[in-house]
Amino acid sequence: MNLKTEYLGLRLRTPLVPSASPLSESLDNIKRMEDAGASAIVLHSLFEEHITFERHQLHHHVTHGTESYAEALTYCPEMSVLAVGPESYLDEIVAAKDATSIPIIASLNGSTLGGWTDYAKRIEEAGADALELNIYWIPTDPELTGAEVELRYKQIVSQVNGTIGIPVAVKLSPFFSNVANMAKALAEAGARGLVLFNRFYQPDIDLESLDITPNILLSTPMAMRLPLRWIAILRDRIKVDLAATSGVHRATDVIKLLLAGADVTMLCSVLLRHGIDHLAVIERDVEEWLEKHEYESVAQMKGSMSQKKCADPTAFERAQYIRGISTSWRTSNPS
Amino acid sequence: MTTKKFEMIDANEAAARVAYQLNEVIALFPITPASPMGESADAWSAAGVKNLWGTVPAVIEMQSEGGAAGAIHGALQTGALSTTFTASQGLLLMIPNMYKIAGELTPFVLHVAARSIAAHALSIFGDHSDVMAARMTGFALLSAASVQEAPDLTLIAHAATLESRIPFLLFFDGFRTSHEIGKIESLEPETLRVMIKEDWVREHRARALSPDHPVIRGTAQNPDVFFQAREAGNRFYQACPGIVQRAMDRFAELTGRQYHLFDYHGAVDAERVVVLMGSGCEAAHETVDFLNEQQEKVGVLKVRLFRPFDSQSFVAALPPTVKAIAVLDRTKEPGSAGEPLYLDCVSALQEAGRTDLRIVGGRYGLSSKEFTPAMVKGVLDNLKNSSPKNHFTVGIHDDVTQTSLEYDASFSVEKADVFRAVFYGLGSDGTVGANKESIKIIGENTDNYAQAYFVYDSKKAGAMTISHLRFGPRPVRSTYLISSANFVGCHQPGFLERYSVLDPLLPHGTFLLNTPFGPDELWTHLPETVQEQLIAKRPRFFAIDAHQVAHNAGMGGRINTIMQTCFFAISGVLPREEAISAIKESIRKTYGKKGPEIVQMNLNAVDQTLTNLFEVAIPDQVSLRAKVEQPPSNTAPAFVRNVLAQMIAGRGDELPVSALPVDGTFPTSTSRWEKRNLAPDVPVWDSDICIQCGKCVLVCPHAVIRSKVYEPSFLKSAPASFKSREARFPEWKGLHYTLQVSVEDCTGCGICVDVCPVRNKTETRLKAINMQPQPELVETERQNWDFFSALPDRERQYLSFENVRAMQVAQPLFEFSGACAGCGETPYIKLLTQLFGDRLLIANATGCSSIYGGNLPTTPYSTGIDGYGPAWSNSLFEDAAEFGMGFRVSLNKQREFAAELLQKLNGRVNEALVQEILVTDQKDAAGVFSQRERVAELKRQLLTIGTDDARRLLLLADTLVRKSVWVIGGDGWGYDIGYGGLDHVLASGCNVKVLLLDTEVYSNTGGQCSKATPLGAVAKFASGGKRVAKKDLGLITMSYGNVYVACVAMGAKDEHTLKSFLEAEAYDGPALIIAYSHCIAHGINMTTAMQNQKAAVQSGQWLLYRYNPELAAKGENPLHIDSAPPKIPVADYLKLENRFRMLSNSKPEDAKHLFQQAQENVTARWQLYQRLARNGSIGGASLATPVNEKVTK
Repeated sequence: MNLKTEYLGLRLRTPLVPSASPLSESLDNIKRMEDAGASAIVLHSLFEEHITFERHQLHHHVTHGTESYAEALTYCPEMSVLAVGPESYLDEIVAAKDATSIPIIASLNGSTLGGWTDYAKRIEEAGADALELNIYWIPTDPELTGAEVELRYKQIVSQVNGTIGIPVAVKLSPFFSNVANMAKALAEAGARGLVLFNRFYQPDIDLESLDITPNILLSTPMAMRLPLRWIAILRDRIKVDLAATSGVHRATDVIKLLLAGADVTMLCSVLLRHGIDHLAVIERDVEEWLEKHEYESVAQMKGSMSQKKCADPTAFERAQYIRGISTSWRTSNPS
Repeated sequence: MTTKKFEMIDANEAAARVAYQLNEVIALFPITPASPMGESADAWSAAGVKNLWGTVPAVIEMQSEGGAAGAIHGALQTGALSTTFTASQGLLLMIPNMYKIAGELTPFVLHVAARSIAAHALSIFGDHSDVMAARMTGFALLSAASVQEAPDLTLIAHAATLESRIPFLLFFDGFRTSHEIGKIESLEPETLRVMIKEDWVREHRARALSPDHPVIRGTAQNPDVFFQAREAGNRFYQACPGIVQRAMDRFAELTGRQYHLFDYHGAVDAERVVVLMGSGCEAAHETVDFLNEQQEKVGVLKVRLFRPFDSQSFVAALPPTVKAIAVLDRTKEPGSAGEPLYLDCVSALQEAGRTDLRIVGGRYGLSSKEFTPAMVKGVLDNLKNSSPKNHFTVGIHDDVTQTSLEYDASFSVEKADVFRAVFYGLGSDGTVGANKESIKIIGENTDNYAQAYFVYDSKKAGAMTISHLRFGPRPVRSTYLISSANFVGCHQPGFLERYSVLDPLLPHGTFLLNTPFGPDELWTHLPETVQEQLIAKRPRFFAIDAHQVAHNAGMGGRINTIMQTCFFAISGVLPREEAISAIKESIRKTYGKKGPEIVQMNLNAVDQTLTNLFEVAIPDQVSLRAKVEQPPSNTAPAFVRNVLAQMIAGRGDELPVSALPVDGTFPTSTSRWEKRNLAPDVPVWDSDICIQCGKCVLVCPHAVIRSKVYEPSFLKSAPASFKSREARFPEWKGLHYTLQVSVEDCTGCGICVDVCPVRNKTETRLKAINMQPQPELVETERQNWDFFSALPDRERQYLSFENVRAMQVAQPLFEFSGACAGCGETPYIKLLTQLFGDRLLIANATGCSSIYGGNLPTTPYSTGIDGYGPAWSNSLFEDAAEFGMGFRVSLNKQREFAAELLQKLNGRVNEALVQEILVTDQKDAAGVFSQRERVAELKRQLLTIGTDDARRLLLLADTLVRKSVWVIGGDGWGYDIGYGGLDHVLASGCNVKVLLLDTEVYSNTGGQCSKATPLGAVAKFASGGKRVAKKDLGLITMSYGNVYVACVAMGAKDEHTLKSFLEAEAYDGPALIIAYSHCIAHGINMTTAMQNQKAAVQSGQWLLYRYNPELAAKGENPLHIDSAPPKIPVADYLKLENRFRMLSNSKPEDAKHLFQQAQENVTARWQLYQRLARNGSIGGASLATPVNEKVTK
């Protein structure tokens, strides 16, 4: 079975790509991903904000309490090297490239325009095959308009794209007034691919301590409905590669997303839940399904059920929402 | 001679640099003020810096100075070039080895930052009492008097020791020289190479012990030959002075700086000469110059080589015209015929037949006491008398034995072309760091010579710093503080009300103030006295709201860069643009490795400073402003008002000898009079939602949060703002409850808020205690505190210590210490005093707890309303356990004798009373109270008997009331230097309790690694992360089977801590409590530090357990694990603390490996403890060993 696909100009053996997650913080895991059949790997994200925070923390703790008391003018040994920066991340790119023969896609979450471009450049220099911009940002200022938010996204993409030569993908949130317009704008700004969608870590409340407890909830297969819709809508409308992420748990999820128009499907929660080796299981299942349904290749099926190519284009639009509910209501209330 | 190259550096670093270059093995133990030398050596070694011969010296940290000396002795014996750095008690611990090293004629240079030896009190400051205590060891003693001389004479010492085979002790004055930053000429490697001949090194190696050419050394000798053998080395000592002088001459050829064994400076026809060693030489040098300009005929003789004392050179160095000599010693040898240098000089002159000279001796400068030109002049003036005062003191007012010389304190030799600046700051605001940078900028960017010296506080929280900066066209020899300044910077507005910051400012100088007030309102907010001084002195007056600028720039409370920029912008030291550019360059250099954000933050601060700095016009008139009442209040005891208050106000130097106790004994309960008003924000009680759990009271490190329950009738006279609620718990039924904060003593750490378990139901960010700005509260809360303090405390015998909630109302007898804000140690000590304070004797090891526990001016140990309270003493760093055992054995003996006398008097004293006194168990507070009453009755009866035995028993009767002996110390003591003693005392079965405050690092001396430091933690001497796991002291101690052992962490389980303390006290034998004490050295947020304790326990990194031998005696397993199984990964705990994160930043691969190993260790240790708790055995030995017979319980 020909599972080949192309994403960001990279020729991939299959559409199965582990997405940015803590799993790729370990080189052993990266090797295991390749062994399990990953066609490319998106590394965990480099967070500029985290680096900045760490630097401030380090500065604070190294200076706190110093030069106050005659017996203890300092509390930390003088360190000749303090690598609170992207160095270790860049080293990981180098190590991942050395250890594998599949494309390594770095992931960057900047917080300043200068940071986006500077880190992107260093990531390219470290040997990444592509860069995914993880534009993870929750605007809370009521004075900030949607247009300004969108402008910031476009500026980031355009600046990064102007700085580096490797292809750039953008992982974006679904919370735009018009995702399609945003997707188009990002493609025009230079994005070669879009990763749909970023899942935000949602806050929770601990009822005993009354603390806000942000925690990571793994996705469920239901989450793939959102990328499914938008991938189907965007497929063949804008000239950009599409990666589906969120809720890709089973071979059937992969197949549905490919049918909708995804070039690659990205997996995270399922690997965290079942282990990296589960990647091989999904690949086998995809292959079996394709064989059973007499497909020749992934290329053949890719986008075959996009909004443009499916039998009922309106099914992806809002009007269908009401009908969907009434259908499901009838289904669950057969009386 | 090569081109001169200058650098700004302190003597510690300058000397250490030479020592590092010329040695291969460096064995260390931290001690102030020598620690920075060892730390520098360790940092260089860790960074791979090579020595003169191209190899990286091995640096090892030992468990004590005695250990370091032993290691050095061994290294020398096997042929390595070796050195160490020490001071004070550390040097004393090296003395046994020093005799050996000298007796074996071993080349070695020991570097000493000379410091006082603890006698009536400990002092970290400088004098020569330590080096003088080593003068009989056979070491040569060479003295460096200035920052420049420190590296110069270090090199000369190394050359001379190798050639002469006599070991050298090279010393300079602790702090005054060791910590002074000066502009000095650097020593080039080529100079070192020429000075140190390879032949000498070869000869040293050839003498090494080796099985290839075996010899034995260190024999035992008998009366037949020991004496002769001791004399056999004489010729080496005879040759030594000549060798030193030749080395000095060679050095002069290479550098142009000529030294002599005795350097005379002054008039060639001087009639009066002062002789001294150390930094005082510099002050004397400039005084002599000044006086000779005034046509006086005076001189100074600087002693370089004190041992071997070359009498001929000494006599020859004096000008032939001299008629009178004053020899000054910076030490005191009580009961001697004179101090050591004086006696040597007398002897030399006597032997030379110079009986025509008048010679007197005197003491000066003990414990870094100022030594000024005024004092030098006083000493020289004394020599004008036909019978000059001998055995005098100078610099103090001795109104008891009249030793002190009179002198005119206003006499000054400061020249107008020397710029002098004084800066008052807080430790936390970065003032000292900024001034260190400033003086470097001046020293390195101009032709000026420059000097910086810093005076620190003895408090750790809210510590004040005073920076003294001088620069001018000549080398700065002013080894004393600035009393007249061209520039004064006051970096904290609150200082204006507490200190006379404008006193040193010269008329028409420049004054810089950090203030929250703008140009229009500032004047009226200045204290009246400040206004008066400004009007009188008419300086240029500049101000800035530095805290606001810092806040805007994201710098928190650190105003260093801002005030530094102001200084350069207004002082005219450098052209403004040049200065700003130099500051920016210095910022890039200093902060570069911390990341561009940190650099940018500081650069922004520089720019914002320039737009916010403003000049203030000084009016002609004072505008009225309410006078601020200065603590201590008039209600304080006379000793506090007359003596301690002077120290608090910075006028301690003015106190006469008669004001001070003769034996170092001070009253307790004095910290309450300081009222330092440190905290910008303080906790405020929300009485409506408080559940009265007492957790905030328990954790408050400074005992500023107190609770009381009392009869509601007391509220009749309460201030209007005094808060009170009905007490919630059944045992307090009918009573009212108040949680009161002493806002003037609070340090604002916020730990109380963090631990409060209550949330406001309508606004969950609020708790039952919340931080609010202090200034708005201070007036009302001062009244409330006074009213609260007057409310009766629950009588101790009625208190319940059952749980944290119940015992919160027990009065702490440890309050308002000088510990760091948020200190992790002090809550344990406070708890100890709440539980047993009325019968407590504390033997305290030197360290943080002895500093915040006993550093003048005040002490936090206090008494209850009944007058009972802890008695406290500090012996040494290493011997606290033995010291405490001494307490116990002494008390037991006296109690035993009292019981014997009581038996003898049975019948004459009421028999029932005798019986009750002898059999009562006194296990709790009520039992102790009853015994006290019985003893009071006994005393009444004894007074009527009138026999010798009755009189003897009267003196000893109080020993019949139970006394608790607790030893307190840190991990540096318990795991390292004091471990042998601790082990012995615990093993002895003696009823001594030990509270080991485990910060896992030497906190007091600045974060050096101890054997308690956990695997992977970065600390000084473990900058690459500690490679060995923490010593399991609890497990080792449990193996004795007769010691109560508990491992506690208050932040994780406070009830467990309480229970452990109660059980330890109740156990009839030795007890050890190892208490997790978070520390500023961990690099943590101190406000939420109790959460770190919790995480340490949740991860299994810190286990909670109790081992109670009494259970073993009952056949039960004595070990009880009180921690839940680990539920978070160790890494989750490690990432909370900078001490671990730093390793990830510096050596990420090592960090991964060590952190993984840490997890494995924790898992294995948890399993081991589980097994022990189940099976009750440690290896082959049973944990359930019956309680041993106690020898002296």
